[in-house]
Amino acid sequence: MSSEDEFMSGMSSEEDDMLQGSDNDEGSVDDFGFDEPEPDLGYSQKDDVQAKKKSFDVNFKVFQPKDIQAQQDGLIDEVNMILDIRKEDAAILLRHFRWNKERLIEDYMDRPKKVLEAAGLGPSATGPPKLEIIRGFTCDICCEDEAGLQSFAMKCGHRFCVSCYNQYLSQKIKEEGEAARIQCPSDGCKRIIGARSLDLLVTADLRHRYHELLTRTYVEDKEHFKWCPAPDCENAIECGIKKKDLDKVVPTVACDCKHRFCFGCILADHQPAPCTLVKKWLKKCADDSETANWISANTKECPRCNSTIEKNGGCNHMTCRKCKHEFCWMCMGLWSEHGTSWYNCNRFEERSGSDARDAQAKSRISLERYLHYYNRYANHEQSAKLDKDIYNKTEKKMIQLQSASGMSWIEVQYLNSASQALQTCRQTLKWTYAFAFYLARNNLTEMFEDNQKDLEMAVEALSEMFEKNVTELAEQKLKVEIMDKTTYCNKRRIILLEDTADNLANGVWSWSTDF
Amino acid sequence: MAFASRRLGKELSKIHGNLPPGITLVTAEGFEEWLLDVQVLDENPIYMGKLFRLMFRFSKSYPIEPPEVTFVNTTDRPIPMHPHIYSNGIICLDLLSTQGWSPVQNVESVCMSLQSMLTGNTKNERPEGDEQFVASNRRRPRDIDFYYHDNTV
Repeated sequence: MSSEDEFMSGMSSEEDDMLQGSDNDEGSVDDFGFDEPEPDLGYSQKDDVQAKKKSFDVNFKVFQPKDIQAQQDGLIDEVNMILDIRKEDAAILLRHFRWNKERLIEDYMDRPKKVLEAAGLGPSATGPPKLEIIRGFTCDICCEDEAGLQSFAMKCGHRFCVSCYNQYLSQKIKEEGEAARIQCPSDGCKRIIGARSLDLLVTADLRHRYHELLTRTYVEDKEHFKWCPAPDCENAIECGIKKKDLDKVVPTVACDCKHRFCFGCILADHQPAPCTLVKKWLKKCADDSETANWISANTKECPRCNSTIEKNGGCNHMTCRKCKHEFCWMCMGLWSEHGTSWYNCNRFEERSGSDARDAQAKSRISLERYLHYYNRYANHEQSAKLDKDIYNKTEKKMIQLQSASGMSWIEVQYLNSASQALQTCRQTLKWTYAFAFYLARNNLTEMFEDNQKDLEMAVEALSEMFEKNVTELAEQKLKVEIMDKTTYCNKRRIILLEDTADNLANGVWSWSTDF
Repeated sequence: MAFASRRLGKELSKIHGNLPPGITLVTAEGFEEWLLDVQVLDENPIYMGKLFRLMFRFSKSYPIEPPEVTFVNTTDRPIPMHPHIYSNGIICLDLLSTQGWSPVQNVESVCMSLQSMLTGNTKNERPEGDEQFVASNRRRPRDIDFYYHDNTV
């Protein structure tokens, strides 16, 4: 069984492809590894879609904490060399300029004094920061004035005792989570404490936290960087997609920790639906869904003001509490037209009643339409939640299979690939329903729905395979069948995503609402 | 509490009988809560002849953390009218927030700042949305993110 090898070679060819296509303005970051964006779906190289970069993929890079640190240090070194200033000051300046090195250097060359002042570095004196004991010194924070009190002052000259400085810094770092922009404790002084001064004043654990926070600000300050939102993941992702492009692309990225998320909005992978649509859909679901279900089954709307009314007893003569409109619960017509046939409405042909029923039917249809998409969306979401279980079961089955059939570990990896394909495809399918809800009816939509149907069928067929027991799974015939179905699922997903991504990029989808 | 009480002890000994005109210490028992009275000295018609009571609450990391300062309402001490003072006594002043606070500040300097904030005021009004804020606020003053939109008043 050589599909694993083939997959590996397929991956590296794609990797080359992506590296060539990546545009990046930071020369120094090239050295850090580039990571495969697609999950292990186990394509074989025969799939010609695999060879070229897919239209729904975006370029991105994963950075581990040490890479981020190295990148920061690199920038600091560069500025330190070019401008001939101390590293500590270079770091403060870079942070002040939100890591825009070019702008910093340009501005500094033009008017160094002004730049230093703005960054809180003021007129510079020489010498490293040091603790001093000064005669007759009184600390303005604790009012302590005993002899031999160790004190510290930055270049602004505001001097405080070491223990107050320590308290102050630990408050800022631990409680307020500040790091890059901690100012002198003195009132109105804008001078910022640098890493070297800080190292002198605080204990080791605080120093560690401080540097952690500094690294965080680096990622947060940079436009093209985002933290991986997965719990306990410390990696950051770089991706060049800009905010204004988000209506044309859905930039799904995959962290080394396996978490796949959208770089635009940080939510879990929602291809093919663009971010604005996702936001709108989620909001709608939060408003409606189950509530809407109940309302549709149990209530009617007042034919005049559309207030929702639940009839919890009494006769058919309704008086809307809001607009005082009087109507018949049965036929929704004016009560005044009812004459004396109270409590037993048998008039269906009157005009006022049929108009009211029309309007209501319309709102019912729109609700039903929403529920149609919502139920399918929710169904796939539910299945996605069960994915973890499936995956765990798969793992168990794989171990059983290994001992039952005598297959090697690598030979049973097809089950893992199948399970992963199932998860990824369900995630995509889920969002196709939100996507379809907002589509206007036309030929493109029909094609989209055909693709959706194909993927749906492929996924269900594959899903069925996981019901089989171990002895059946050990058969060679079934193994081949599962592998075929896995490949087919992945292929259908790629076709659907490419189609939607292309149309999105070309702006040819027509929507049923404005975004 | 050692850190805060040491500093407050020093402040107290400095304050005794030595406060600027218009500011008087009412009680300073212990190092958790102090009361002071403030009055506006010039002839500002909004505050003429009136005394206002300030309550300071100190956390154990005072003066690294700002004290919680509010006006309190008693029978003869109303809450001063001011576009930055809510009718429940909560004061919207940058100086008292974690962002604007400096550990160099002290009880005396805060009182003086508040005194001059009142002195310079010409608007006999409450902040915008006062009623709603007073009715709905359950947070402590230091946890509120005031929007310091106007530093001229």
